[in-house]
Amino acid sequence: MSQEEQSLKNEWPLWEVFVRSKNGLEHRHFGSLHAVDAEMALQHARDVYTRRMEGVSIWVVESKQITASDPAQQTAYFEPAQDKIYRHPTFYELPEGVKNM
Amino acid sequence: MRTSQQKKQMPYPQDDGPVGLIYGLADSSLILAQRLSELTGHGPSLEVDMGLTNIALDLFGQVRLYYQYAAELLADGRTEDDLAFLRTEREFRSVLLAEQPNTDFAYTLTRQFLYDHFHFLMLKELQRSKDNTLAGIATKGIKEVAYHKVYTSDWIERLGDGTEESHRRVQKAVLDLWPYTQELFYKTEADKKMIEQGIGVDFERLKAPYYKAVTTVLKQARLKVPEVAYFQKGGKEGVHTEHMGHLLATMQYMQRTYPGMEW
Repeated sequence: MSQEEQSLKNEWPLWEVFVRSKNGLEHRHFGSLHAVDAEMALQHARDVYTRRMEGVSIWVVESKQITASDPAQQTAYFEPAQDKIYRHPTFYELPEGVKNM
Repeated sequence: MRTSQQKKQMPYPQDDGPVGLIYGLADSSLILAQRLSELTGHGPSLEVDMGLTNIALDLFGQVRLYYQYAAELLADGRTEDDLAFLRTEREFRSVLLAEQPNTDFAYTLTRQFLYDHFHFLMLKELQRSKDNTLAGIATKGIKEVAYHKVYTSDWIERLGDGTEESHRRVQKAVLDLWPYTQELFYKTEADKKMIEQGIGVDFERLKAPYYKAVTTVLKQARLKVPEVAYFQKGGKEGVHTEHMGHLLATMQYMQRTYPGMEW
Protein backbone atom coordinates (compact mmCIF):
# COMPACT_ATOMS: atom_id res chain seq x y z
CA MET A 1 0.00 0.00 0.00
CA SER A 2 1.43 3.37 -0.96
CA GLN A 3 1.71 6.13 1.60
CA GLU A 4 -1.04 8.05 -0.14
CA GLU A 5 -3.40 5.08 -0.06
CA GLN A 6 -2.57 4.54 3.59
CA SER A 7 -3.36 8.10 4.59
CA LEU A 8 -6.57 7.96 2.55
CA LYS A 9 -7.56 4.84 4.44
CA ASN A 10 -6.88 6.49 7.80
CA GLU A 11 -8.90 9.56 6.96
CA TRP A 12 -12.16 10.11 8.80
CA PRO A 13 -15.34 9.88 6.70
CA LEU A 14 -16.76 13.03 5.17
CA TRP A 15 -20.05 14.51 6.41
CA GLU A 16 -22.32 17.16 4.94
CA VAL A 17 -23.56 19.81 7.34
CA PHE A 18 -26.96 21.52 7.21
CA VAL A 19 -27.72 24.40 9.54
CA ARG A 20 -31.01 26.09 10.38
CA SER A 21 -30.19 29.74 10.90
CA LYS A 22 -33.32 30.48 12.90
CA ASN A 23 -36.59 28.85 13.76
CA GLY A 24 -39.00 28.90 10.85
CA LEU A 25 -36.29 28.78 8.18
CA GLU A 26 -35.17 25.58 6.47
CA HIS A 27 -31.86 23.85 7.07
CA ARG A 28 -29.34 24.97 4.48
CA HIS A 29 -26.20 23.23 3.28
CA PHE A 30 -23.24 24.94 4.98
CA GLY A 31 -20.32 22.74 4.00
CA SER A 32 -18.64 19.49 4.87
CA LEU A 33 -16.21 18.14 7.46
CA HIS A 34 -14.52 14.98 8.68
CA ALA A 35 -15.61 12.96 11.71
CA VAL A 36 -15.59 9.34 12.79
CA ASP A 37 -19.30 9.16 13.57
CA ALA A 38 -22.51 11.20 13.65
CA GLU A 39 -22.04 12.42 17.21
CA MET A 40 -18.56 13.75 16.51
CA ALA A 41 -19.78 15.24 13.23
CA LEU A 42 -22.39 17.25 15.17
CA GLN A 43 -19.78 18.54 17.62
CA HIS A 44 -17.42 19.43 14.82
CA ALA A 45 -20.21 21.18 12.95
CA ARG A 46 -21.04 23.15 16.07
CA ASP A 47 -17.39 24.16 16.46
CA VAL A 48 -16.68 24.95 12.82
CA TYR A 49 -19.96 26.37 11.48
CA THR A 50 -21.90 27.93 14.37
CA ARG A 51 -19.26 29.83 16.32
CA ARG A 52 -20.68 33.18 15.18
CA MET A 53 -24.31 32.51 16.07
CA GLU A 54 -25.09 31.09 12.64
CA GLY A 55 -27.56 28.51 13.78
CA VAL A 56 -30.11 27.02 16.11
CA SER A 57 -30.15 23.47 14.73
CA ILE A 58 -27.74 21.22 12.87
CA TRP A 59 -28.23 18.18 10.64
CA VAL A 60 -25.33 16.01 9.53
CA VAL A 61 -25.39 13.25 6.96
CA GLU A 62 -22.52 11.15 5.78
CA SER A 63 -21.57 12.34 2.31
CA LYS A 64 -21.64 8.84 0.84
CA GLN A 65 -25.35 8.64 1.69
CA ILE A 66 -26.05 11.38 -0.81
CA THR A 67 -26.83 10.34 -4.37
CA ALA A 68 -25.88 13.10 -6.75
CA SER A 69 -26.92 13.63 -10.36
CA ASP A 70 -24.30 12.74 -12.94
CA PRO A 71 -22.57 15.83 -14.39
CA ALA A 72 -22.26 13.96 -17.71
CA GLN A 73 -26.05 13.81 -17.82
CA GLN A 74 -26.41 17.52 -17.29
CA THR A 75 -27.66 18.23 -20.81
CA ALA A 76 -30.27 15.51 -20.77
CA TYR A 77 -31.35 16.38 -17.28
CA PHE A 78 -31.62 20.11 -17.26
CA GLU A 79 -31.53 21.61 -20.76
CA PRO A 80 -35.00 20.45 -21.84
CA ALA A 81 -36.48 22.81 -19.25
CA GLN A 82 -34.79 25.81 -20.75
CA ASP A 83 -37.34 26.42 -23.55
CA LYS A 84 -40.36 25.82 -21.37
CA ILE A 85 -40.64 29.19 -19.76
CA TYR A 86 -44.43 28.75 -19.68
CA ARG A 87 -43.85 26.52 -16.68
CA HIS A 88 -43.21 29.63 -14.68
CA PRO A 89 -46.46 31.08 -13.41
CA THR A 90 -45.74 34.45 -14.99
CA PHE A 91 -48.43 34.45 -17.67
CA TYR A 92 -51.31 35.06 -15.37
CA GLU A 93 -52.73 38.44 -14.64
CA LEU A 94 -52.89 39.06 -10.96
CA PRO A 95 -56.23 40.22 -9.63
CA GLU A 96 -56.28 43.61 -8.05
CA GLY A 97 -55.52 43.63 -4.37
CA VAL A 98 -53.15 40.68 -4.33
CA LYS A 99 -50.05 41.71 -2.51
CA ASN A 100 -46.70 40.14 -1.87
CA MET A 101 -46.43 38.21 -5.13
CA MET B 1 16.39 48.14 53.81
CA ARG B 2 15.71 44.47 53.53
CA THR B 3 11.99 44.99 53.43
CA SER B 4 12.19 47.57 50.70
CA GLN B 5 14.31 45.25 48.60
CA GLN B 6 11.84 42.47 49.07
CA LYS B 7 9.15 44.84 48.01
CA LYS B 8 11.06 45.56 44.87
CA GLN B 9 11.24 41.90 44.02
CA MET B 10 7.53 41.45 44.62
CA PRO B 11 5.86 44.55 43.22
CA TYR B 12 2.41 43.04 43.68
CA PRO B 13 2.30 41.16 47.01
CA GLN B 14 -0.01 38.18 47.33
CA ASP B 15 -3.44 39.49 48.02
CA ASP B 16 -5.50 37.67 50.60
CA GLY B 17 -8.67 39.62 49.83
CA PRO B 18 -11.08 39.47 46.91
CA VAL B 19 -8.33 40.09 44.35
CA GLY B 20 -6.45 37.04 45.62
CA LEU B 21 -9.65 35.07 45.30
CA ILE B 22 -10.10 36.24 41.72
CA TYR B 23 -6.53 35.25 40.80
CA GLY B 24 -7.24 31.81 42.24
CA LEU B 25 -10.39 31.50 40.14
CA ALA B 26 -9.06 32.92 36.90
CA ASP B 27 -5.32 32.23 36.62
CA SER B 28 -5.73 28.51 35.91
CA SER B 29 -8.03 29.28 32.99
CA LEU B 30 -5.56 31.79 31.57
CA ILE B 31 -2.60 29.42 31.76
CA LEU B 32 -4.62 26.54 30.34
CA ALA B 33 -5.93 28.68 27.50
CA GLN B 34 -2.37 29.76 26.72
CA ARG B 35 -1.37 26.09 26.56
CA LEU B 36 -4.27 25.29 24.23
CA SER B 37 -3.55 28.26 22.01
CA GLU B 38 -0.03 26.92 21.45
CA LEU B 39 -1.78 24.24 19.40
CA THR B 40 -3.78 26.61 17.21
CA GLY B 41 -2.95 25.70 13.64
CA HIS B 42 -1.32 22.44 14.74
CA GLY B 43 -4.39 20.37 15.60
CA PRO B 44 -4.66 16.82 14.26
CA SER B 45 -7.46 17.94 11.95
CA LEU B 46 -9.06 21.25 11.06
CA GLU B 47 -12.18 20.34 13.04
CA VAL B 48 -10.34 19.42 16.25
CA ASP B 49 -8.06 22.43 15.84
CA MET B 50 -11.13 24.68 15.82
CA GLY B 51 -12.71 22.80 18.68
CA LEU B 52 -9.71 23.28 20.98
CA THR B 53 -9.16 26.85 19.85
CA ASN B 54 -12.80 27.63 20.63
CA ILE B 55 -12.26 26.31 24.15
CA ALA B 56 -9.16 28.47 24.52
CA LEU B 57 -11.09 31.54 23.34
CA ASP B 58 -13.95 30.81 25.74
CA LEU B 59 -11.46 30.66 28.60
CA PHE B 60 -9.66 33.86 27.55
CA GLY B 61 -13.04 35.60 27.40
CA GLN B 62 -13.92 34.48 30.91
CA VAL B 63 -10.50 35.45 32.26
CA ARG B 64 -10.90 38.95 30.87
CA LEU B 65 -14.08 39.45 32.90
CA TYR B 66 -12.36 38.30 36.10
CA TYR B 67 -9.30 40.49 35.50
CA GLN B 68 -11.38 43.53 34.59
CA TYR B 69 -13.13 43.12 37.90
CA ALA B 70 -9.85 42.61 39.77
CA ALA B 71 -8.42 45.76 38.14
CA GLU B 72 -11.51 47.68 39.23
CA LEU B 73 -11.05 46.45 42.82
CA LEU B 74 -7.32 47.24 42.80
CA ALA B 75 -8.06 50.75 41.56
CA ASP B 76 -4.35 51.53 41.17
CA GLY B 77 -4.25 52.11 37.44
CA ARG B 78 -3.46 48.55 36.48
CA THR B 79 -5.57 47.04 33.71
CA GLU B 80 -6.62 43.49 32.83
CA ASP B 81 -3.61 43.32 30.48
CA ASP B 82 -1.19 44.25 33.26
CA LEU B 83 -2.54 41.42 35.38
CA ALA B 84 -2.01 38.91 32.59
CA PHE B 85 1.23 40.17 31.08
CA LEU B 86 3.14 41.81 33.90
CA ARG B 87 2.71 39.57 36.90
CA THR B 88 5.65 37.30 37.65
CA GLU B 89 5.61 33.55 37.98
CA ARG B 90 5.29 33.63 41.77
CA GLU B 91 2.24 35.86 41.54
CA PHE B 92 0.20 33.44 39.45
CA ARG B 93 -2.15 31.32 41.49
CA SER B 94 -2.93 28.79 38.78
CA VAL B 95 -2.93 25.08 39.55
CA LEU B 96 0.04 22.99 38.40
CA LEU B 97 -2.28 20.96 36.18
CA ALA B 98 -2.88 23.96 33.91
CA GLU B 99 0.77 24.54 33.02
CA GLN B 100 1.58 20.92 32.12
CA PRO B 101 2.80 20.75 28.51
CA ASN B 102 0.99 19.48 25.41
CA THR B 103 2.97 16.25 25.46
CA ASP B 104 0.61 14.61 22.96
CA PHE B 105 -3.05 14.71 22.01
CA ALA B 106 -4.00 12.37 24.86
CA TYR B 107 -2.27 14.63 27.42
CA THR B 108 -3.88 17.74 26.02
CA LEU B 109 -7.34 16.23 26.17
CA THR B 110 -6.83 14.60 29.57
CA ARG B 111 -5.53 17.83 31.11
CA GLN B 112 -8.54 19.69 29.76
CA PHE B 113 -10.94 16.94 30.85
CA LEU B 114 -9.59 16.97 34.41
CA TYR B 115 -9.94 20.74 34.54
CA ASP B 116 -13.36 21.03 32.85
CA HIS B 117 -15.12 18.87 35.41
CA PHE B 118 -13.68 20.95 38.24
CA HIS B 119 -14.38 24.18 36.40
CA PHE B 120 -18.02 23.27 35.89
CA LEU B 121 -18.60 22.41 39.55
CA MET B 122 -16.73 25.53 40.65
CA LEU B 123 -18.82 27.86 38.45
CA LYS B 124 -22.00 26.17 39.62
CA GLU B 125 -21.09 27.15 43.19
CA LEU B 126 -19.78 30.58 42.24
CA GLN B 127 -23.19 31.42 40.78
CA ARG B 128 -24.39 31.54 44.39
CA SER B 129 -21.66 33.97 45.49
CA LYS B 130 -22.80 37.03 47.43
CA ASP B 131 -20.65 39.05 45.07
CA ASN B 132 -22.97 39.83 42.17
CA THR B 133 -20.18 40.43 39.66
CA LEU B 134 -18.57 37.07 40.34
CA ALA B 135 -21.96 35.32 40.31
CA GLY B 136 -22.67 36.97 36.96
CA ILE B 137 -19.33 35.90 35.47
CA ALA B 138 -20.09 32.34 36.61
CA THR B 139 -23.55 32.33 35.06
CA LYS B 140 -22.15 33.50 31.75
CA GLY B 141 -19.25 31.06 31.77
CA ILE B 142 -21.00 27.90 32.88
CA LYS B 143 -22.80 27.51 29.54
CA GLU B 144 -19.47 27.40 27.75
CA VAL B 145 -17.89 25.08 30.27
CA ALA B 146 -20.85 22.69 30.09
CA TYR B 147 -19.89 22.15 26.44
CA HIS B 148 -16.15 21.85 27.19
CA LYS B 149 -16.97 19.09 29.65
CA VAL B 150 -19.02 17.13 27.12
CA TYR B 151 -16.41 17.64 24.40
CA THR B 152 -13.44 16.41 26.43
CA SER B 153 -15.36 13.60 28.16
CA ASP B 154 -16.38 12.29 24.73
CA TRP B 155 -12.76 12.34 23.62
CA ILE B 156 -11.59 10.50 26.73
CA GLU B 157 -14.14 7.79 25.98
CA ARG B 158 -13.13 7.60 22.34
CA LEU B 159 -9.43 7.40 23.11
CA GLY B 160 -9.81 5.00 26.03
CA ASP B 161 -12.19 2.75 24.16
CA GLY B 162 -10.45 3.24 20.81
CA THR B 163 -7.38 1.53 19.42
CA GLU B 164 -4.69 -0.19 21.44
CA GLU B 165 -2.40 2.80 20.94
CA SER B 166 -4.97 5.45 21.87
CA HIS B 167 -5.87 3.45 24.99
CA ARG B 168 -2.23 3.14 26.03
CA ARG B 169 -1.54 6.83 25.51
CA VAL B 170 -4.61 8.17 27.28
CA GLN B 171 -4.05 5.77 30.17
CA LYS B 172 -0.52 7.10 30.53
CA ALA B 173 -1.79 10.68 30.47
CA VAL B 174 -4.37 9.91 33.15
CA LEU B 175 -1.75 8.26 35.35
CA ASP B 176 0.71 11.13 34.90
CA LEU B 177 -1.77 13.97 35.41
CA TRP B 178 -3.85 12.45 38.19
CA PRO B 179 -1.43 13.58 40.96
CA TYR B 180 -2.23 17.19 39.98
CA THR B 181 -5.98 16.86 40.54
CA GLN B 182 -6.12 17.34 44.29
CA GLU B 183 -4.63 20.80 44.11
CA LEU B 184 -7.84 21.93 42.41
CA PHE B 185 -9.45 21.82 45.87
CA TYR B 186 -6.66 23.63 47.70
CA LYS B 187 -7.76 26.72 49.59
CA THR B 188 -5.49 29.76 49.93
CA GLU B 189 -5.82 32.32 52.72
CA ALA B 190 -7.81 34.50 50.33
CA ASP B 191 -10.15 31.60 49.55
CA LYS B 192 -10.76 30.91 53.24
CA LYS B 193 -11.48 34.55 54.04
CA MET B 194 -13.81 34.94 51.09
CA ILE B 195 -15.66 31.72 51.91
CA GLU B 196 -16.39 33.12 55.36
CA GLN B 197 -17.95 36.15 53.72
CA GLY B 198 -20.07 34.04 51.42
CA ILE B 199 -18.14 35.27 48.37
CA GLY B 200 -15.66 32.48 47.67
CA VAL B 201 -16.21 28.84 46.78
CA ASP B 202 -15.52 26.09 49.29
CA PHE B 203 -13.57 23.84 46.92
CA GLU B 204 -13.45 21.07 49.50
CA ARG B 205 -17.13 20.43 48.93
CA LEU B 206 -16.55 19.88 45.21
CA LYS B 207 -14.11 17.06 45.78
CA ALA B 208 -16.55 14.14 46.13
CA PRO B 209 -18.77 15.09 43.17
CA TYR B 210 -15.64 15.79 41.11
CA TYR B 211 -14.01 12.42 41.61
CA LYS B 212 -17.35 10.72 41.10
CA ALA B 213 -17.93 12.45 37.75
CA VAL B 214 -14.39 11.95 36.50
CA THR B 215 -14.25 8.32 37.59
CA THR B 216 -17.53 7.54 35.84
CA VAL B 217 -16.11 8.77 32.53
CA LEU B 218 -12.82 6.92 33.02
CA LYS B 219 -14.65 3.67 33.71
CA GLN B 220 -16.82 4.11 30.65
CA ALA B 221 -13.62 4.64 28.70
CA ARG B 222 -12.25 1.32 30.06
CA LEU B 223 -9.47 3.25 31.81
CA LYS B 224 -7.93 2.44 35.14
CA VAL B 225 -8.55 5.01 37.86
CA PRO B 226 -5.13 5.77 39.36
CA GLU B 227 -4.44 5.21 43.02
CA VAL B 228 -2.00 7.84 44.15
CA ALA B 229 -0.54 8.25 47.60
CA TYR B 230 1.11 11.61 47.05
CA PHE B 231 -0.45 14.55 45.24
CA GLN B 232 1.41 17.55 43.83
CA LYS B 233 0.62 21.07 44.90
CA GLY B 234 2.18 24.53 44.95
CA GLY B 235 0.74 26.49 42.06
CA LYS B 236 -1.99 28.09 44.11
CA GLU B 237 0.70 29.49 46.40
CA GLY B 238 2.76 30.66 43.46
CA VAL B 239 5.25 27.76 43.46
CA HIS B 240 5.17 26.37 39.95
CA THR B 241 6.80 23.60 37.92
CA GLU B 242 9.66 24.19 35.49
CA HIS B 243 7.14 24.53 32.65
CA MET B 244 5.61 27.76 33.93
CA GLY B 245 8.53 30.07 33.26
CA HIS B 246 8.72 29.01 29.63
CA LEU B 247 4.99 29.44 29.19
CA LEU B 248 5.06 32.94 30.67
CA ALA B 249 8.09 33.90 28.61
CA THR B 250 6.11 33.18 25.46
CA MET B 251 2.88 34.70 26.72
CA GLN B 252 4.40 37.87 28.15
CA TYR B 253 7.15 38.43 25.58
CA MET B 254 5.45 41.29 23.72
CA GLN B 255 4.54 43.40 26.75
CA ARG B 256 7.92 42.86 28.34
CA THR B 257 9.85 43.72 25.21
CA TYR B 258 7.67 46.65 24.18
CA PRO B 259 6.13 47.93 27.43
CA GLY B 260 2.77 49.56 27.00
CA MET B 261 2.44 48.35 23.42
CA GLU B 262 -1.09 48.37 22.06
CA TRP B 263 -2.72 47.22 18.86
